Amino acid sequence: MQAFTVHKGIVAPLDRSNVDTDAIIPKQYLKSVKRTGFGPNAFDDWRYLDPGEPGMDGSKRRPNPDFVLNQAPFDQATILLARKNFGCGSSREHAVWALTDFGFRAVIAPSFADIFFSNSCKNGLLPVVLAEDEVQNLFEQVEANPGAQVEVNLEEMTVTAPDGTVFDFTLDEDRRHRLLNGLDDIALTLQFADDIRAFEERQRREWPWMAERAQG
Amino acid sequence: MAGKTLYDKLWEAHGVREEPDGSTLLYIDRHLVHEVTSPQAFEGLRLAGRKPWRGDSVLAVPDHNVPTADRDKGIADPVSRIQVETLESNVTSLGLKFFPMADVRQGIVHVIGPEQGATLPGMTVVCGDSHTSTHGALGALAFGIGTSEVEHVLATQCLWQKKTKAMQIRVEGELRPGVTAKDVVLAIIGRIGTAGGTGYAIEFAGSAIRSLSIEGRMSICNMSIEAGARAGMVAVDEKTIEYVRGKPQAPTGEMFERAAEYWRTLVSDPDAEFDAVVEMDAAEIAPQVSWGTSPEMVAPIDGRVPDPAAESDPVRAEGMQRALEYMDLKANTPMTEIRPDKVFIGSCTNSRIEDLRAAAEVVKGRKKADNIKLAMVVPGSGLVKQQAEQEGLDRIFLDAGFEWREPGCSMCLAMNADRLEPGERCASTSNRNFEGRQGQGGRTHLVSPSLAAAAAVAGHFIEPSALKEA
Repeated sequence: MQAFTVHKGIVAPLDRSNVDTDAIIPKQYLKSVKRTGFGPNAFDDWRYLDPGEPGMDGSKRRPNPDFVLNQAPFDQATILLARKNFGCGSSREHAVWALTDFGFRAVIAPSFADIFFSNSCKNGLLPVVLAEDEVQNLFEQVEANPGAQVEVNLEEMTVTAPDGTVFDFTLDEDRRHRLLNGLDDIALTLQFADDIRAFEERQRREWPWMAERAQG
Repeated sequence: MAGKTLYDKLWEAHGVREEPDGSTLLYIDRHLVHEVTSPQAFEGLRLAGRKPWRGDSVLAVPDHNVPTADRDKGIADPVSRIQVETLESNVTSLGLKFFPMADVRQGIVHVIGPEQGATLPGMTVVCGDSHTSTHGALGALAFGIGTSEVEHVLATQCLWQKKTKAMQIRVEGELRPGVTAKDVVLAIIGRIGTAGGTGYAIEFAGSAIRSLSIEGRMSICNMSIEAGARAGMVAVDEKTIEYVRGKPQAPTGEMFERAAEYWRTLVSDPDAEFDAVVEMDAAEIAPQVSWGTSPEMVAPIDGRVPDPAAESDPVRAEGMQRALEYMDLKANTPMTEIRPDKVFIGSCTNSRIEDLRAAAEVVKGRKKADNIKLAMVVPGSGLVKQQAEQEGLDRIFLDAGFEWREPGCSMCLAMNADRLEPGERCASTSNRNFEGRQGQGGRTHLVSPSLAAAAAVAGHFIEPSALKEA
């Protein structure tokens, strides 16, 4: 996983609450068996005027000029700003892969759906929770001054707004540690292989039906 | 000291190790796998030279991409076909349990888990699918995970989790005739909102929940995620134990009795404390119809489309306005005047035998209305389909002009060929009414199976009891 320490970039204001993962990456793109290549189809239904299908040539499609990510300088944005309950709905990690493939490194919102939040942390895309009034403040600054840069610092757990205001955020220590160091979760867990085996021993004794091999 | 919640008990029974910050390595008993969220996980495993930790914990099935018609011709869309073939080659090369498309046991992963007894009370159950909460109806801790976590469970049989808060949603009293589990859960989401359960595990309790069948409880737990909660659950009772008895993968004989004795302890203690409690009066819940593009946007069947002008929160009002525009609805329209173009009865929320019986009861002796271009019934599994056919339900639907299809996720998310055309309006028993969910530009109204059936017959939303005599 790509580590996240400090990132400074352009913020795209997506002024909607309840942005669901169907909107972030529509279902037809979930048919891919790869982890990459979802960026051109991030927010496909909002981003293009013509219906999209996998394998289409993006350069021949009709972008929706009203959609924020089609407008300079937001097409170069690396931080996404949205309203509450971002990433609700389906567990599809493809939504996170679409955002990272587009170039996003962080999403700032007043709240996130649980599964999206967890998926995001596993892919080096930092979900930053700020208070609603702080998010409102950022919307106002970014809309008044498009292209203004915001700095997200995971070491300090701060967001520095274009006008220099510093907002604090929190992230649990375990996730922060993994993100700062870009750690491979599985390798870390396998250090505890003996604990897992001991648990399985105990389960076989106490609840032997749980681990019985399914027949058929 | 306060007693333990059901969630506490399930959590404590699966902790492998706890770190000082509260992160817990949680053991996973059952890992359900489907074709959409697993290929990148299997690839990751392969690239790292890892093998599944406990292959016998896996049950794999293709469901999202499978066709529901002309199945003998295979999958026409090459991209869908590759995804299903990739699942098959991944699981067969590792020797994992798998129901291919042609197997009568194939179906929607959340229908076949309980049906096979692959998911049991007291288990931790995960799947790369947010509707995994369905299995909580059996008194299990079941939740959806992303693909990185799918790979992690394959490799280690565990997940790092932090215990969430616990919420109890208590629905007390008797449900009115014609009010189903689906109406209860839509009313709950309407009340607490799509983020109301975020950061919580929800236990559904109260006399109205206990009065529901296990299948009804599954419909409720299924939509926990639409209320923001990763996990939803219902305490074990004798109905749970009778439901599990005799299922193909359930323990048998003396082992079953030993298991049942343990399962009976899977209830919240009377003095257990919850971080949040929501109480609802069952008698006040009416049949529900969603009007917007979020599952919290629901109204009772005898109600009207709400007016954004009456909403005081400006962000919320704007969301409502946007939803009405997308749905092509005017504020204050009676719900019964909304006329769908298509009707979809299916999905992991409502495709079990009781759902099909409820829909068939409404349809029996009646005909689909002329303005309904398509009314389709998609059973949740091959075994549900078989059971329905033995009961003659397929004839009832076919005689009424409905289509009777093969099992799969189908038009709930339109990854296969079943989808809405732009602008089409659908009465759907599925779980999400997001923009484009059932096809780009499609408009979804979430309802129960009996309301969907009634809409198909009348050509507009209506309470089944208000239909003319068949």
